[in-house]
Amino acid sequence: MIFNEEYETLPREALEALQLKRLKQVVQRVYHTVGFYRRAFDEAGVQPDDIRTLDDLRRLPFTAKQDLQANYPFGLFAVPMSSIVRLHASSGTTGRATVVGYTQRDIDTWSELMARCLVAAGLTKNDILHNAYAYGLFTGGLGIHYGAERMGASVIPMSGGNTKRQLMILQDFGPTALCCTPSYALNLAEEGKVLGIDMRALRLRVGIFGAEPWSEKMRAEIENALGITALNIYGLSEIMGPGVSMECQEGRNGMHIFEDHFLVETINPDTGEVLLPGEKGEMVFTTIMKEAFPLIRFRTRDISRLLLEPCRCGRTLLRMDRITGRSDDMLIIRGVNVFPSQIEAVLTGIEGLEPHYQLIVERTGNLDTLEIQVEVSERLFSNADEVKVLQNMERRIVNDIKEFLGISARVKLVEPKSLRRFEGKASRVQDRRQL
Amino acid sequence: MKVEQISIFLENKPGSLEEATRILKDAGINIRTLSLADTSDFGILRLIVNDVETASRVLKEQNLRVSRTTVVAVEVPDRPGGIHGILEVLSKNGINIEYLYAFVEKSGQNAVIIFRFDDPDAAIEVLLKNGMTVLPGAKIYSL
Repeated sequence: MIFNEEYETLPREALEALQLKRLKQVVQRVYHTVGFYRRAFDEAGVQPDDIRTLDDLRRLPFTAKQDLQANYPFGLFAVPMSSIVRLHASSGTTGRATVVGYTQRDIDTWSELMARCLVAAGLTKNDILHNAYAYGLFTGGLGIHYGAERMGASVIPMSGGNTKRQLMILQDFGPTALCCTPSYALNLAEEGKVLGIDMRALRLRVGIFGAEPWSEKMRAEIENALGITALNIYGLSEIMGPGVSMECQEGRNGMHIFEDHFLVETINPDTGEVLLPGEKGEMVFTTIMKEAFPLIRFRTRDISRLLLEPCRCGRTLLRMDRITGRSDDMLIIRGVNVFPSQIEAVLTGIEGLEPHYQLIVERTGNLDTLEIQVEVSERLFSNADEVKVLQNMERRIVNDIKEFLGISARVKLVEPKSLRRFEGKASRVQDRRQL
Repeated sequence: MKVEQISIFLENKPGSLEEATRILKDAGINIRTLSLADTSDFGILRLIVNDVETASRVLKEQNLRVSRTTVVAVEVPDRPGGIHGILEVLSKNGINIEYLYAFVEKSGQNAVIIFRFDDPDAAIEVLLKNGMTVLPGAKIYSL
């Protein structure tokens, strides 16, 4: 099934003509309404009128996450606040958060694109959707929710957490579709099994999973444990939220990018050079329809590649492969984005600690775990040789990490110098997840 | 009347205790008594040694986290009720104990209890007033 037959199956030529028209418009608009873009374009020696073909896109400068942070919170908005009807933000402490705004038309657009995703997954208005993505500043919960209402499914706004209650609803309401992170899907399956629930006998038949990296192996595990078809969805709050691209149930291989709204490029993350379609590299998106928060050539840091073969579902939209890595040190832990520098900022904010730490990420059972190893500082230990003082410090770190970053970590104090010292670029992360 | 104790932070992993004792052995330090407090992640090794200065220096040189704390050593006859007598006095006077450990003197006549108090001076005053034998540092280091 296709939600918007006209736009999702446009002949490539018509699609590209539409893309060019929309690109020209957005470039004009950001140049004249956002100081950051005007300066960046001027510096790069490119004017809006220079964009004559789609290939001219590469003449425009990239936009990085740092640019978003430098303009925190509303500096890159292209409309006055009176036109903004919704704000979302990525996780993080103040300096690291990215704030995104939406006009009413942006919300409508987002709802439509999410509706396309759900229909691509085979949902109809007869389906009941159990939405276990978090509702709040995170775009996951509300993004899916509006899409479900748009295409007419019955949405259960579960949000995250409280697994026992989720299992009760899964049994009692009989949802046919599940939205959450892939690791949470496995967690639900496992907890259900412990409680003696036959998870394969639930009415669930399809799951739409994203917001964290996963693998074909996990797909098979989830499908087997829940007796469903598991599909991959991609999105990021900067570009819009969930619904930038989505796997169709017919192809089940790669996510169709809604190219009538987003232009996609693949680049070499080190040189910025644009790669040939199909080559593996960093995904770069340009939004051509967003009003409040348009982004020109935004570097996602996500590594993937475009799949060029036509899909049997009939969509003419290109597909992207699942994300296989990052070109920066961002970690995604249970769907929450975390940079090591954010953890460092929390640690240095605690009196008596030194920023000598290491992060160990593992997947235990089905859940990501983060262990923060922190060296005991001279100052901390010389003031007290009592177990309770050190344990209080461990608890304090756990609480601060939870409060500022929203993730649960295990903290382990270690002997000084037991952590490797790094020269130049520090690599303080050991990611032992086998994804 | 106070005794200086050395505490060492140790990770809970094979070999970390051995590393500390090897450093002390190589520096010719004699351990009078010791105690190990442990949690699931880490331990704190507490020692009374014959030469606090040297022990502290060599351990720090090997990048161990070391702290020096003041403890109080009380001598009691090695017989039933020995330690209870001290605790009764402390309890009656509202003195709080952070931790303690004990050993028996070479002669076998007496036991020595090492106490860590919030306020060692107040504790010593109470102990002496009640006729307890508080041993000076010099005596313990050279036992």
